[in-house]
Amino acid sequence: MCLGIPGRIVAIVDAERMLATADIAGVRRDINVACVAEGPLDDLPGRWVLIHVGFAMALIDEDEAARTLEALRALGETEELAGAISGQAGAAPGGTAR
Amino acid sequence: MRYVEEFRDPAMARALIARIGATAEAIGASPGRPVRIMEICGGHTHAIFRFGLDRLLHGGIEFIHGPGCPVCVLPMRRVDEAIAIAGRPGVIFTTFGDAMRVPGSRTSLMQARAAGADIRMVYSPLDALDLARRFPERDVVFFGIGFETTAPASALAIRQAAREGLGNFSVFCNHITVPPPIRALLEDPDMRLDGFVGPGHVSMVIGIRPYDFIPGEFGKPIVVSGFEPLDLLQAVLMVLTQVREGRAEVENQYARVVPEHGNPASLAAMAEVFEPRPSFAWRGLGEIDRSGLRIRARYRDFDAEERFGIGYAAGALPEEAAEGCACGAVMTGRIRPVACPRYGRGCTPETPLGALMVSSEGACAAYWHYAGARGPAEDGGRRAVRGGGRGGRHGPA
Ligand code: SF4
Repeated sequence: MCLGIPGRIVAIVDAERMLATADIAGVRRDINVACVAEGPLDDLPGRWVLIHVGFAMALIDEDEAARTLEALRALGETEELAGAISGQAGAAPGGTAR
Repeated sequence: MRYVEEFRDPAMARALIARIGATAEAIGASPGRPVRIMEICGGHTHAIFRFGLDRLLHGGIEFIHGPGCPVCVLPMRRVDEAIAIAGRPGVIFTTFGDAMRVPGSRTSLMQARAAGADIRMVYSPLDALDLARRFPERDVVFFGIGFETTAPASALAIRQAAREGLGNFSVFCNHITVPPPIRALLEDPDMRLDGFVGPGHVSMVIGIRPYDFIPGEFGKPIVVSGFEPLDLLQAVLMVLTQVREGRAEVENQYARVVPEHGNPASLAAMAEVFEPRPSFAWRGLGEIDRSGLRIRARYRDFDAEERFGIGYAAGALPEEAAEGCACGAVMTGRIRPVACPRYGRGCTPETPLGALMVSSEGACAAYWHYAGARGPAEDGGRRAVRGGGRGGRHGPA
């Protein structure tokens, strides 16, 4: 119930009731887009949204997603470098075993 | 799937785990003296177990599973009332599947359905609205449960019903809000937490500013996080980094979904339809001031409590607890699920005694499904039991 799932809006089906069709991992479903309709509804097809209990609850910000992944990638490279220098290939002191 | 797979990359996860290990070492965390991080949201609890993150991380990091599973904190009395409403003549009672097996004081909704009540599982409150349109002669009630993530959906459904004049639709409102229980936990003198992983999907609605009191008044860091493994690992690293640098701030790991000030349309719908109750009962935590939502007088016609004279409309609720269960202690992080005397002995996902065993987002069910093989010897020993559950009232009465 609380887990949201990303989907892409495909078409507006009922502007009056704020309903749109979304593609959610290959499955099509009608969802309510009242919470993400910042401008005209026709701007929505193509956008990625996070869907909860039949409602699009957030527009996914593609630039922010890219920024987060970029930061993670940079961190990965630093770790690799640190691992190569210390000869530990990225293993942390203290270990990961539990 | 886009926005999912990229955030599961194993190489990046390894790098994050290494960095988390190094940071934990730098602050002197050890299994004996762990950094204790509470993940507030049940969705995070589920993800931590599903991906085995707790086992991959440095031994000096301990996850405390917070009260953020709405099904788990639903008081038994409210389940009883839901069943009572479902039993009224002409009612179609609709609910998310998660709530079906939550034990009330005598039965669950599932058992009530088997006994003949017209109880139907729906995916969305919109499905309940559809039923109301299709069966004008029946009373369609939607079981509104969940935090700020699902509350806007209920609010919008009520607004839509009002617009269409669907007089046979109502909501049994059990929506609750996240910040008040966090405050209650932080005010508990026994609670030792070093930081929080904040709920991503609640925050996409309310934004990150409602958490300002956590660093501001209690000096603890909180990092709002997404639900994929890389999200959670990065959020843990951000919490640890704050601890190492002696900072306490609200940070946002999940900026691709969570805007600083939340979602204006959702907030407006909630404010229009709901208002805070003076207090609301949480299973295992007791009454917490201004932690629940009720339907405003303006939308009274769509309030099942009013319509059926049940629940807070009928007077105050006493607090109750199931026999011998330690749900409260588990929920406040005092003990691990495996330390509950009923865990696996009378309480399993098939026959849950406490609600934490029902939902896949409940700490006990998560342990059972993903960590059962580890057993009490490996896991239970890591945490001292510091007393039983709690009841009573938090905050000024
Ligand atoms: S094992 Fe069952 S009774 Fe014990 S805390 Fe968990 S849900 Fe409650």
